[in-house]
Formats: sequence, structure tokens, C-alpha cells
Amino acid sequence: MLELSHHILDIIENSLAAGASAIKITVIEDNSRDILSFEVADNGAGLSVEEIGQVCDPFVTSRRLRRVGLGIPLLQQAARACEGDLVIKSEKGKGTAVKATFQLSHIDRMPLGDVASTLVATVAAKPDIDLLYNHLVDGREFVFNTGWLVSEFKELPLNEVRVLSWIKSYCRDGIKKLYLSE
Amino acid sequence: MMKQIKSVDELMKFKEAALDKIKERKADGKTTIVVGMGTCGITAGAREVMMAIIDEIDKRNLSDVIVTQTGCAGMCQHEPIVEVNKPGTPQIVYGHLDEDKARRLVFEHVINGNVISEWALVQRD
Repeated sequence: MLELSHHILDIIENSLAAGASAIKITVIEDNSRDILSFEVADNGAGLSVEEIGQVCDPFVTSRRLRRVGLGIPLLQQAARACEGDLVIKSEKGKGTAVKATFQLSHIDRMPLGDVASTLVATVAAKPDIDLLYNHLVDGREFVFNTGWLVSEFKELPLNEVRVLSWIKSYCRDGIKKLYLSE
Repeated sequence: MMKQIKSVDELMKFKEAALDKIKERKADGKTTIVVGMGTCGITAGAREVMMAIIDEIDKRNLSDVIVTQTGCAGMCQHEPIVEVNKPGTPQIVYGHLDEDKARRLVFEHVINGNVISEWALVQRD
């Protein structure tokens, strides 16, 4: 993985494989606390207490639990290398929330990267997804929600290529503005 | 080449036009492009490959092409992997792709209907 946004996509893939119809992604960059965190919360199948204990072990999980393989251990390793950690909260039948934290200024922290592409890949995977993306940088906020697009477009699936291109440029522009301090 | 949609108004205009197109369209003529998006695929650059495919299709204003994704197919060493299903051509699983190869794939296979056999891992006639 070269970017945190690759990890975000990887976690989203787990959510989709778990049958999620709604996914909420929250990215927070806080310079005063020197923290970068992201959370992917879904309404998928959820994990049992035993399964939560196993997802961070690449050797136990790789084949027995098909929904999760190396993705979670890789992210955990990346977070811990940057004075952060990975926390998984889940309830069977309710959904799963995976939250990774990093020291924002840590030399080993990967760049957040191209989150807009991650969002586009998610919509291409599941055009009827209820996707809510929230990105905060020192109090400035960008929100992207597929809910209104799905209701506006109704019979037209969101994976039409021109719509995907629009989502990419809309999110890219919106996220770029977060880093311009006024 | 059509210009990119920038505003919400333009997007809504596109919606109306696309709905008309869907009504005219024959369901059986569609090409589907499936990108492997498991952990192995993502690490090897599958997301970038998918974005290149989407961009190329958008630039060339192709309709009747659907881009979607799947999980790990068990051929992790050959990622990024893309499957092309175009009616009238063999179903091909391509491997070891990158952004440039993905753009050429759209041009050669999806538009011209020519299989690029040196990149093909699997061919089903």
C-alpha cells in the first residue's frame, strides 16, 4: 500500500463483502493534536467476538475467514508504526467499524493520497451504495453523500462512467479546498 | 470528445440524456470490464488501473461499457487483473496491467475488438 486511501479502499472491500448497503467514512486531520484518523463504519454482517480477535492475525484469518485476509494486519502494522493503532468495533448482524489512527507528523506515515479515486471505485463496485464521506481538516469540512444522487438518479445507476468521472472531480476539488487555509 | 461535467446542473442535464439513451439501448450489447480489487489487486495498482479505464471510456464517450470490480481471484502474483467481456469477442482475463496498458486495452479490445494476446492470462471462447 502506497497511500492511506488504498487502505481505506481495502477496508471498504471488506464492508462490501460483508453485504453492507451503507458505509460511512470519516477522515479527521487535526494538526493541533497531531493526529490523523480514519474510520470506515458499515451496516454489514458484523463479526463475532471471536472473529474480532482473529482478524488481526494474518495466519489464522487468511483462508478461514474469507472476508478478511492481509488487509487488516497490514493497516494495523502501518498505524502502529506511526504511534497509532487500529480499533475494530463490531456486532454480529449490526455492522462493523474499523478505525485507524496515526501520528500526523510521523515520518513513516503514508500520505492520505487519492481518496476521490477510492470513493469512485466504491460506487463502481456497488452503484446503489449509501455512501457518506466526511473529511475534516482542522475544523474545515468536506462532505460527499451518494444518498441524494441515488434518489435524484433513481433508474439511472451511478456507475455510468460520466457520473463516476463527475464524482471524482467533485470530490477531488472539495478535498483540495480543505488544505487551503483562508 | 465530450467535455467533462463540472456543475450539478450539467450533471442533471446529463441524467436526462442518459435516461433517454438507456431506453433505446439493447440490453445484450454491453461490454463489462471487471477489475480485481482484493488486497493483492489494490497493492499492485488496481485502483489506478480502474481510474485509467474509466477516464479513457469517458474521454472517448463510449456508451454500453460497464466498469465494475471483484475480489481476489487467487492469482495474486498476476495483479492487477482485469476481465473484459465484450459480446462477439472471447472473454479475456488480462494480467500485469498498469495505467498505460489499461488505456490501450480500452482502445484495442473494447473499441476495435482485438484481443491483446500477449497480456492475456486466460481466454474463454
